[in-house]
Amino acid sequence: MSTAGSRIASFLGGAAARFGKVPWREIREEAFDRAVLVLKAACFVHVVNTYVVGIAFVRGPSMLPTINLTGDVVAVERVSPRWGSLAVGDVVILLSPENPRKTVAKRVLGLEGDAVTFLIDPARGSASQTVVVPGGHVWVQGDNIYSSRDSRQFGPVPYGLIQGRAFCKVWPPEAVGLIGQKL
Amino acid sequence: MGTLNPLWFFMKKSMTVALFGITISDRYATVYSLTGTSMSPTFTTSSPGFPGYLKGDIVLVEKFCLEKYKFSRGDVIAFKSPSDHKREFVKRLIALPGDSMQIPDTSDILKIPEGHCWVEGDNKEFSLDSRHFGPIPLGLVQGRVTHIIWPPQRISKVERKVAMERVRST
Repeated sequence: MSTAGSRIASFLGGAAARFGKVPWREIREEAFDRAVLVLKAACFVHVVNTYVVGIAFVRGPSMLPTINLTGDVVAVERVSPRWGSLAVGDVVILLSPENPRKTVAKRVLGLEGDAVTFLIDPARGSASQTVVVPGGHVWVQGDNIYSSRDSRQFGPVPYGLIQGRAFCKVWPPEAVGLIGQKL
Repeated sequence: MGTLNPLWFFMKKSMTVALFGITISDRYATVYSLTGTSMSPTFTTSSPGFPGYLKGDIVLVEKFCLEKYKFSRGDVIAFKSPSDHKREFVKRLIALPGDSMQIPDTSDILKIPEGHCWVEGDNKEFSLDSRHFGPIPLGLVQGRVTHIIWPPQRISKVERKVAMERVRST
């Protein structure tokens, strides 16, 4: 009995000794360094995504034939909206004025001061209307005028809603290519 | 090389600090220095120019509300101007989407459209707000002003002031 007891005691003592020898301080420091590194990487991704270039998933019928119905991944650059160098014909990503949690892709058809003529209801006749885009606003429309909710319904949108310019399709592989300006 | 190392180290450190700073100010909370009189007496005026900046209020703007765009009537919010995307305004949120509201100085009732809100300055005479440019899209909102953090004697929470009889929620 006593030998078994002493064996257990020596085992426990050994475990305690080994536990004591674990370099806790170094482990803690290294864990902290790793965490900082991960945070730094996350911040770097955020900054690049917000100020330089990011990607967005766009789907729906409104931008046919430029963007596929089932969805394409597009690369979005943030520089030209920030510098105010958007041009007529660019495809932009913007927060929907009707629902701020939704992001939509449309083509810019008029900048501030431009006169835009559009068909009121392309499915029914050719009645058209001309509006002048007010200061600080843009006129956006989907490429598929038959199935797009855009400035024809909700009017010109403030420039501040624009999140970026989609310039390139990156996925799926067979669709890869630049998104050009088109009128 | 020996003289370059401390410089390199310093640059790396400041880059890291900038990365963290920009991310936090973009995603979680930031500070604004306010100019203009449109929100007095809630915020004090600062005159433009160097010493004036130090006299005006500096406020804390939180951005967690942008996750779900959950606001309450009476909140003070910061938003991009609908007519100039480089300028930001701070005004009080009066009405939310779906609310019926009487337009000031008229007897017209306006229903705030989906995804929009109505903002007004506290100082009615000197404020360029929804009374001029109409309801603004919620997508322009950049955050909610929660506290005054400078100058020290004015450190306080920014109170909600729920507006008035003229707004009816539906």
